[in-house]
Amino acid sequence: MTAALRFDPIRLPEKCEQLRKEVRAFLAEEIAAGTFDPHKPNREDTDAPEFSRRVGAKGWLGMTWPKKYGGQERSFLERYVVTEEMRVANAPTRRFFVADRQSGPVLLKYAPEHIKMEILPRICRGEICFAIGMSEPNSGSDLFAAKTRATKTDGGYLINGTKIWTSSAHIADYMIAIFRTSPPTKENRRHGLTQFLVKMKQPGIKVNPIGQITGQYEFNEVVFTDFFVPDDHVLGEVDGAWKQATSELAYERSGPERFLETYYVLTELVRAVGPNPDTRSAEGIGRLVAQLHTMRRMSVSVAGMLEAGKEPVVEASIVKDIGTVWEQQLPHRVRDLAAFVEETATNRETLERQLDFAIKTAPKLTIQGGTTEVLRGIIARGLGLR
Amino acid sequence: MAESDNIVVETAEKIFADLADPQTINNDKKGAWQAPLWQALSEAGLPLSWVPDDLGGSGASLADGFALLNAAGRFAVAVPLAETMLAGWLLAQAKIASPEGEMTVLPASPKDRITIEADGSLSGRARGVPFAKTAKHFAVLAHGKDGASIALVDAGKGRIESGLNVGYDHSDTVTLDRVQPITIKPAPKGVDQTTLMLMGGVARSLQIAGALESMLDISVRYSNERVAFEKKISKFQAVQHNLARLAGESAAALAAATSAADAIANANAFDDAVYLEAASAKIRCAEAAEKGGAIAHQVHGAIGFTMEHILHRYSLRALAWRDDFGSESHWAVELGKLVATRGADELWPLVASR
Repeated sequence: MTAALRFDPIRLPEKCEQLRKEVRAFLAEEIAAGTFDPHKPNREDTDAPEFSRRVGAKGWLGMTWPKKYGGQERSFLERYVVTEEMRVANAPTRRFFVADRQSGPVLLKYAPEHIKMEILPRICRGEICFAIGMSEPNSGSDLFAAKTRATKTDGGYLINGTKIWTSSAHIADYMIAIFRTSPPTKENRRHGLTQFLVKMKQPGIKVNPIGQITGQYEFNEVVFTDFFVPDDHVLGEVDGAWKQATSELAYERSGPERFLETYYVLTELVRAVGPNPDTRSAEGIGRLVAQLHTMRRMSVSVAGMLEAGKEPVVEASIVKDIGTVWEQQLPHRVRDLAAFVEETATNRETLERQLDFAIKTAPKLTIQGGTTEVLRGIIARGLGLR
Repeated sequence: MAESDNIVVETAEKIFADLADPQTINNDKKGAWQAPLWQALSEAGLPLSWVPDDLGGSGASLADGFALLNAAGRFAVAVPLAETMLAGWLLAQAKIASPEGEMTVLPASPKDRITIEADGSLSGRARGVPFAKTAKHFAVLAHGKDGASIALVDAGKGRIESGLNVGYDHSDTVTLDRVQPITIKPAPKGVDQTTLMLMGGVARSLQIAGALESMLDISVRYSNERVAFEKKISKFQAVQHNLARLAGESAAALAAATSAADAIANANAFDDAVYLEAASAKIRCAEAAEKGGAIAHQVHGAIGFTMEHILHRYSLRALAWRDDFGSESHWAVELGKLVATRGADELWPLVASR
């Protein structure tokens, strides 16, 4: 085979089912206590610091990390279960999600020991929030066009420039960002960028909120003016960030959050349709469930590859491509079917309010964390076309 | 599917490579390749993979048999291998020994029904029965006043209206009019017409997934050979993105089909979770056959639209296989009803049940 793409049928082990019960019970308690409303994904304030601490206290943050950094040394499949249950319940995960999925693993791999000892346990306790500083006003998908400069000075670097579309920067305690330490070379335009750990909420950093078309303010412009970063906050190789960026992608791109973002409208449609659907509704729901099931199987399969120590970058890109296109179309397909729902359905208003929000959310899903076009380029490279 | 560490699949792939080379059989308009291929498959015991030794078969596991069907899909072989395997499996459920030679199963559509008359004979009409024309025997799922039974029937006793599916393979209408079966026994608990349709559907899903793997393979190869506007067409971003989507459809089909096969191979019963797996596989693989096949043709341009080129052997069969054992429309309605009956709050627990 040219492609040799494999998605072996991975089954979640028994211990995952016990964990799933615990997560569901925990979330039910949180809902009962009024922490969040699972039927309302469109809350204005998505930050929930106390909830974050309670999730940390359960041992569900940094689950796969070494115990000496506050982790639990549990498997990726167990982390998968926690992630998908939180997502399906519409739990407010914003404060800890990026740190748990992405920033922690980067620190584990590239940060000096004393930084790991200082920060990782705090992530595990749900105390701190991370942002990712990649895009700039003139560099989005073209990551290696980044211009924000890190200029060497005594004991560290001075940062000048602007990051943009930075989710959670307004609440974040830290950012992991790439800055330009050298110009690109003729041979390698990816050369010259370095990954840094940035402590937020300091003089020299200005965070400007940007309104999104959903009405929320989740992403920001972050302006650095002579902001000092000490030497020990360099993550990995100076000028060599391009070598480090790809290994993150498999984690970032294949999780359940890549197809469950608008899932709630499907649940609500099933509720509105009731136990005796007409043929059209049944057929529509059946197809959507079959597609959802298939993506989950693919996504679990990639989690199994990660657990086995592989770097399934192409497989993860396929999951994100198919998954995000699906979750983007989902509210529109549900809307098609909702047109036939009885006026008397008791949850009609909830469904309509959710559809309103999901339809406004949909355009971002195939852009954030790697656009469809970038993903298809990666898949094409995996097929030997580039 | 673990093709490399599976002796059943290795054996089959060797036979397919020797006797079912797609270009060779595509050039052979008289079908002279069919008899030697079938003979080799039979000598290796592959058509009766799912029949235990004591019932005349080779006693392979369900998992190995499913992997074999995936391999058969990769070669798009037009002999009744899947059909004979399913027939042997069905007969074995009632401890009926399998005879030699080609078999197929009836009914092959969830809407058709064969009934047991008061005198024990069988009557009914089954449409879209794959390879009925060339089968020596039928394995029949029939309904009587005491429930479902499984019967072995001499194919010569049925009236066959010959037809072809869109892949140019036999898909015939079989009418049984008070036909006395060779053997008939009650179906064991948990085996009914739905079980047969789910098994058949998963078999077809694996074949579709295999055909898509091959379509991806030959499309990538072709795009790296064909030059247009002074460069290989694989260098055009529009072509690359189409092929990336084909890879996605192929991967989705493979994931859905192998997961369903794994679920059945390890299940104690056809519960809701297995039903979700099997129905989803048929729905998603059928969708992938449409979307993926269209891309494979688009990449090939006019040459792929010719009888001389091998592409249609995969693309048209994948489309044809959508229709057997319940189309995606049928399964979508049934799955939708199941989901609606369980209720909104039981949807996620079903999806996340394994």
